[in-house]
Amino acid sequence: MSRSESPNLSCDCTAAAEVDRSRRRVIRIAVAGMAAPLAVASRPAAAAVNGDFLVEEDAEGAPVPLLATDLKPGRPVLAFPFDAQAGKRRDETRLNKIVLIRLPESEMSTATRERAAGGVVAYSAICTHQACDVKTWLSKEKALVCFCHSSKFALLNNGEVVGGPATRALPAVPLRLEGERLVIAGGFSADPGGNA
Amino acid sequence: MKPTLKQLGAAIAALLPLAATAQGEIDLAPYAPVTDARLANPEPGNWLQYRGNYAGWGYSPLEQIHSGNVGKLRLAWSMSTGQTEGHQAPPIVNNGYMYVTTPGAQVIALDAASGIELWRWKKELPSDLMQLHPTNRGVALYGDKVYVATVDAHLVALDARSGKVAWQVAVGDPKALQYITLAPLAAKGRIMVGSSGGETGVRGFVAAFDAATGKEAWRTYTTAAPGEPGGDTWPGESYKNGGGSIWITGSYDPATNLAYWGTGNPAPWPTEGRKGDNLYTTSAIALDVDTGAIKGHHQYHHNDAWDWDEVSAPVLIDTEVKGRKVKAAVHAGRNGYLWMLERQAGGKIGFIDAVPYVYNNVFKSIDPKTGRPSYDESHKPGMGKAVGFCPSLWGGKDWPPEAWNPKTGLFYIPANNNLCAELPEAEPTKYKKGDLYIGYPIEGVLGSLRYRDGKKPSTIGELQAWDLKTGKQVWVHKFDTPLWAPLLTTAGNLVFAGGTNDRKFRAFDAGTGKVLWETATPSGVTGVPTSFEVKGEQYVAVQSGWGVDAQRMQSGIDSLTGKPLAVAQGGTVMVFKLEK
Repeated sequence: MSRSESPNLSCDCTAAAEVDRSRRRVIRIAVAGMAAPLAVASRPAAAAVNGDFLVEEDAEGAPVPLLATDLKPGRPVLAFPFDAQAGKRRDETRLNKIVLIRLPESEMSTATRERAAGGVVAYSAICTHQACDVKTWLSKEKALVCFCHSSKFALLNNGEVVGGPATRALPAVPLRLEGERLVIAGGFSADPGGNA
Repeated sequence: MKPTLKQLGAAIAALLPLAATAQGEIDLAPYAPVTDARLANPEPGNWLQYRGNYAGWGYSPLEQIHSGNVGKLRLAWSMSTGQTEGHQAPPIVNNGYMYVTTPGAQVIALDAASGIELWRWKKELPSDLMQLHPTNRGVALYGDKVYVATVDAHLVALDARSGKVAWQVAVGDPKALQYITLAPLAAKGRIMVGSSGGETGVRGFVAAFDAATGKEAWRTYTTAAPGEPGGDTWPGESYKNGGGSIWITGSYDPATNLAYWGTGNPAPWPTEGRKGDNLYTTSAIALDVDTGAIKGHHQYHHNDAWDWDEVSAPVLIDTEVKGRKVKAAVHAGRNGYLWMLERQAGGKIGFIDAVPYVYNNVFKSIDPKTGRPSYDESHKPGMGKAVGFCPSLWGGKDWPPEAWNPKTGLFYIPANNNLCAELPEAEPTKYKKGDLYIGYPIEGVLGSLRYRDGKKPSTIGELQAWDLKTGKQVWVHKFDTPLWAPLLTTAGNLVFAGGTNDRKFRAFDAGTGKVLWETATPSGVTGVPTSFEVKGEQYVAVQSGWGVDAQRMQSGIDSLTGKPLAVAQGGTVMVFKLEK
């Protein structure tokens, strides 16, 4: 289906379908397969680089940069930075995963509003507690909650912890617009990842 | 003669990467290799495996500490583990050498009597590893090695004296969210483990590895494929991500060479896409340790819809049941029923009896011949309806192990009662590698906990004692909070349990349930307690360190009360002995 079509509820939604059912497609994660015996743990550096576009986490085929208008109010979308020059999605580590969400600018703290573009804010999608994907928006509490251990983050206020065991804010990513296209305007405000 | 630290230094320097420094004097005999014979018939003074013996009793024959003097129990030593989250592993002891594991894939070796650290090993975990259950439930000892399975799905063999890695193998794929939380089971030259991940769409398995080399000997999946026995209980390819994960160490009968494992829930949670019994999920299975072949099974409840993993392995007890001598396999089910099963010839598992030990409103009846429950469909959640049911997602008893005391003849259960759940309408779901595979809106799962009668019950946690001969409850000690308490029982007429959110660790009279001793600990105690003896002195050991599902249930309670209760985190190994 094309990107502009309306939500298709018979999609191959996952348990995390609230992320945005309309555009969920077959996932294609970089598959390293089973680690070899005695393999050294990999430590890929996380990166979000000024000038990167954003593409959906589970998009396949030719990359389609996300537009600010693709974001529906209060509905998180998971994305990876896309290196426009190299023509490559920065998906070598899931630490690069970014959660995008449209929120009311009038409710954002000053610092958050300065990082937002077109009403959209961007944060690391990796919980700072135990590195689970964090992608469920609680509209009443105005917090992004992690399924694994219920850590909650105030995305209107710099991603600060407002509940659960996490002790570190979600790293923020500044955005700007080129036309309607969402473009990363700088790196993560802190290293993404859990505290294991 | 006691060698001084200096004298020992030269001897141990080559063996210990972290040579004991100014911590004090180490007084340890040479390490005694762990044999099949010792595991099958452990010395009373040692705690050589997860539950102390192969049968899974959680019982120490030591009786120096008893119900008459336990009030004089004092801290002998303690040590911070440097980790947060759920510290669930038992301190395992072999002739004075203690091994504990912690979250973060860490093993610490200690002099059990003094607490002096001998060595510490920690696996470097991938920085992007997602940890749904950041915990570990302990080591296995075999030969001169210590075996640990890790949250990134590796099995590692360490030299018991030095902590040096002898070998390690990848058991599963962490990128597919396969992970391991259990203590391995060691028997007949094999090290057996299984995969967690009932909420991430794994296909559960038990796998065995050569103790000396790490070479995989066999792997038996817990969801049956087409053409296999039970393969017709899954439609299409649903078995491939059908769950049935293995969370907890199996029990083992050396006489028959059969290992008994409990299996987890089928995946995803809604049943619509997997009509059928879904063998061998939510079951006890008997595996031939030489071949991995499934020799028998009993499914506690078919086509699970409630996330009622039956993770604990059945406890193997030779007892009398209603006048008949029985080789029993006993299990306090997550489904809230206490199951009395029979180990029969050839590995078959027979049904004897099942009685509810907490409130369950799902089972209408139990077939007296087969043990198969019939369901009240109005309490079965799924598509197109929000449904309430009891007990909650965490069941009458989650992973914390029961205990059997042959002296009192009582079977002890750490239960949670008066809690229920409500799940919203299920949503369409499809397996996606590396993501959760549940089938319900996440907000709905996180907010599912309910009180049985809609208002806060006077008690929730229950430490229960059952007489297996009669099938009757003998006593119950109730708590106004949940109870997440792995149990230890001893020949000194005692039951030890933590598990409450007030950070206490307690000793109960095993015959009456009366609290005889309690102490506050740095965090909440969800560790498996053990007892051991060094130089004629009995000790009781446990880890304090709250987290994982105890914390999740507390979050659920907090949502109901509106008053968040923060239980302090941070792990401590604690060892107690009698005041002189």
